[in-house]
Amino acid sequence: MQQEPLVYPYIPNTVPEIKAQMMQEVGISDVMQLYEEIPENLKFHQEMKLPSPLLDEYSIKRHTDKLLNKNLNASDHLCFLGAGCAQHYAPAVCDEIANRGEFLTAYVGESMGDHGKWQAFFEYCSLMAEMTDMEILSIPMYDGFQAASSSLRMANRINDRYKVLVPGTINPDMLMVIKNYLHSATRPIEIVSVNWDKNTGLMDLNDLKAKLGNDVAAVLLENPSYLGFFESQAQEIGNLTRQAGAEFVVYTDPISLGVVEAPANYGATITCGDFHTLGLHMGAGGCQGGFIATHDDMKYIAEFKDLMFGLTETTAKGEYGFGEVLYERTSYGSRDKGKEFTGTSTGLWAITAGVYLSLMGPKGMQEVGTTIMQQAQYAAKKLSRIPGVQVRLNTPFFKEFVVNFDMTGKTVAQVNKGLLQYKIFGGKDLSQEFSELGQSALFCVTEVHTKEDLDKLAYAIQGAVSQA
Amino acid sequence: MGRDPQTLLRKFHQARWDEPIIFELSVPGERGILVPQAEPEVVQEVGNGVGVLPGFLQRKKAPALPEVNQMRVNRHYYHLSQETLGTDVTIDISQGTCTMKYSPKVQEHIASRHPGITEVHPLQDPCTMQGILEIYYKVEQFLKEVSGLDYFTFQPGGGAHAVFTNASIIRAYHEARGDRKRTEIITTMFSHPCDAATPNTVGFKVITLMPDESGYPDLEAMKAALSERTAGIMITNPEDTGIYNPRIEEYVRAAHAVGAICSYDQANANAVLGIARAREAGFDLCHFNLHKTFSAPHGSMGPATGATGVKEFLAPYLPVPRVEYDGQKYHLNHNYPESIGKVRSFFGNFNVVLKTYMWIMQHGAAGLKEAAICSVLNNNYMQKKIAQIPGVVIRYAEGKRRLEQVRYSWEKLYEDTGCGTDDVNRRLVDFGIEHYWTSHHPWVVPEPFTLEPCESYNKDDIDEYVAVLKEISREAYEDPEFVKGAPYNAASHKPLHPAIDDPELIFVSWRQYQKKKGSK
Repeated sequence: MQQEPLVYPYIPNTVPEIKAQMMQEVGISDVMQLYEEIPENLKFHQEMKLPSPLLDEYSIKRHTDKLLNKNLNASDHLCFLGAGCAQHYAPAVCDEIANRGEFLTAYVGESMGDHGKWQAFFEYCSLMAEMTDMEILSIPMYDGFQAASSSLRMANRINDRYKVLVPGTINPDMLMVIKNYLHSATRPIEIVSVNWDKNTGLMDLNDLKAKLGNDVAAVLLENPSYLGFFESQAQEIGNLTRQAGAEFVVYTDPISLGVVEAPANYGATITCGDFHTLGLHMGAGGCQGGFIATHDDMKYIAEFKDLMFGLTETTAKGEYGFGEVLYERTSYGSRDKGKEFTGTSTGLWAITAGVYLSLMGPKGMQEVGTTIMQQAQYAAKKLSRIPGVQVRLNTPFFKEFVVNFDMTGKTVAQVNKGLLQYKIFGGKDLSQEFSELGQSALFCVTEVHTKEDLDKLAYAIQGAVSQA
Repeated sequence: MGRDPQTLLRKFHQARWDEPIIFELSVPGERGILVPQAEPEVVQEVGNGVGVLPGFLQRKKAPALPEVNQMRVNRHYYHLSQETLGTDVTIDISQGTCTMKYSPKVQEHIASRHPGITEVHPLQDPCTMQGILEIYYKVEQFLKEVSGLDYFTFQPGGGAHAVFTNASIIRAYHEARGDRKRTEIITTMFSHPCDAATPNTVGFKVITLMPDESGYPDLEAMKAALSERTAGIMITNPEDTGIYNPRIEEYVRAAHAVGAICSYDQANANAVLGIARAREAGFDLCHFNLHKTFSAPHGSMGPATGATGVKEFLAPYLPVPRVEYDGQKYHLNHNYPESIGKVRSFFGNFNVVLKTYMWIMQHGAAGLKEAAICSVLNNNYMQKKIAQIPGVVIRYAEGKRRLEQVRYSWEKLYEDTGCGTDDVNRRLVDFGIEHYWTSHHPWVVPEPFTLEPCESYNKDDIDEYVAVLKEISREAYEDPEFVKGAPYNAASHKPLHPAIDDPELIFVSWRQYQKKKGSK
């Protein structure tokens, strides 16, 4: 008996009668006739070597669950990893909206049928504008590293200078992205690192002054820095930067901005960062999203590379509508004459970040910033009391801080291995990236950690460093 | 009564809530959510926490966010979602070139709910995330089969980002050979704009080939443009027109002859899964949009993944870390000194890679090929029906079979009635159909619209879609002004300024709007 052809639930026209009818309609007797334009020698005549399919839905669910069950995670462990991705609380309403099928499955529809999506983007920009105390944002970018990279290229286009200064404590991964992005087959932008003080982490202002000539397009500052501390000279750095005619680009963590001053108010001309901290899960790094904000000035607006959705009116009096702002800026409008390039990025996460800021309001952002700083300071104090364990860089910090284990005789790798036995993910190992800090780790504490969690961390570290 | 069984038309009206901007819902004092507070012992130890900040770093004025209770925030965003036409609610044959296929819910539920992905930190010790690395590694093996190429990375966060990565790899390859003369990239007008924009971003001069009378990129023009200055060619096939270029091998051979690298934009590879591959056509690099061909949803423009694939000789330049397997355990290998470094944080959008894994595992080799065949069958069926609609013109390749999509033209409708593609596009929503994709700029095909009835849509969906276009064509011939005034039943009406270029009219944030307009 001949086997019946398989009808795939996601390929409805595999119903044999329908398929036959359609083939007849288009005048073919064999489906391969559809491919007559592809020369035989370019066709693939074998079968792809792929695993046998798990055809029914239950089997694929069970199979995938089993694979994912192998991953330890922050719901069954305490997680103190940060370094560009941190565990914050994602409110239920954020998950609810991020999983709305309309948003999940929409794409580039126009402002009438996709009115809600355009409004949600407008609101994301508006809410982030309040956080950054600036006026102008585009729809989001791949991640904060892209935002930093593009900010520097915006600066380069604004003042036609081909050098940027970055702090010596910059996130090394971010620096890798920037290096590739500022490189060029014909005219690269030079990246120069500014020295830093190994005791405080702060930028060496004499070195900055020496390097800050009129050939510098921008100075990039992370505040809070990669190593967690606040750059307390930020205002002065900004003044020096602007005096040299360069753009002052500040990379910030938006969840800090309820309590920490917006960079615009200490001189940033371009604010950028990653908004994964606003209502998103860690998702193994899959929930990052980048933003750039500037003041309302055509000098900056004209240099954004991504789409901008502007509020306008419609033919119905009083109704909100939306339009594309300066579309010719983008590579969609002008191909290689556009600003850098644009494309699909992180729309759903921007909508979710908007939901988060709407829920939190000014009070919520103030409170979450306060709680984070309190918990992180408490943790640092607790850990510094452990014999042999030191908190490095004697400078105020936001949620991350450097913990050194040199005096314990243990490496970070050993400590973290020990912590895993207590169901704790210890801090990011800095011993390769910043060997001058010895055996140090970057610990991250947020509003998800309770006093009990932090006491447990101290207890576990004590145990891990005294293990034979 | 349901949809009219004769005309296949619906009496549709989209949700239209006249929804205020979230700031207008603010009631001072309301809270949307409460936040954990530090315990008294913590406060006792460290005080208010923020006192350690130098004065200039303390926020003086709280951010002027709206103050809205939780139910109202939730309702507000529900309203906005209802005013959006995703593939879950509309026959999204509209967004041609984008492959708006069904994203199976079983994939979505796992990706958004399983703590083994949602609560994983990307810097965890690899031994604690073996499941993630295994899936990552296996999808790489799958795509090697699909493309015939040797290595993949999933770090790029979108299709254009993968093309940017490819351009970066081409640059790194020539630089590693000490060949700095190669400063030009050749692409074609019907390739995606990113094939022109990303090489420009990495510092190449871009040469764009126009189509000849048959719609193919001009081979003679390309041969003339090729030289020892050519770093690479970056093209797609089939192009946005849906026309497969049967002489593609000659283009690739000519480029290789001058030492250029050949990069294949396969953002949309839906027509050729298991049928034709990058390797057989001679390409050195390719990329797939996992959110198109491999079923992950488009998420209102992301998160997404552009999977970049390379031949062995280009592997040293791939971004790091790379996922490797020693027969027992999966590892992250950062040690590739010639790598272009990184293009994105960590290892990309794993959520998208997971959905790709599940989709391929549910179909296998035969299922993938079936998806390709049905997408091309659907397209050929639809083309035949649309060709009969008054006002439609199909340029190029007469008598030749197109693959998964067609770039149509309302050129004749426009000449006859004054209604162009933008008018039809607005009217489309009144029938419950998402706006269609016209074309990237410039409009080489006049009054364009690009449709792609991928394998997710059944015959009835296609028939309904065609019926709607036919109805709009009829309306245009009978009452063009009516079509020009559309939409009438959508979430909002025709914007007065769909293209905003006057600085005075730019309002991209609520505060900018209020400042310029004065408080309303």
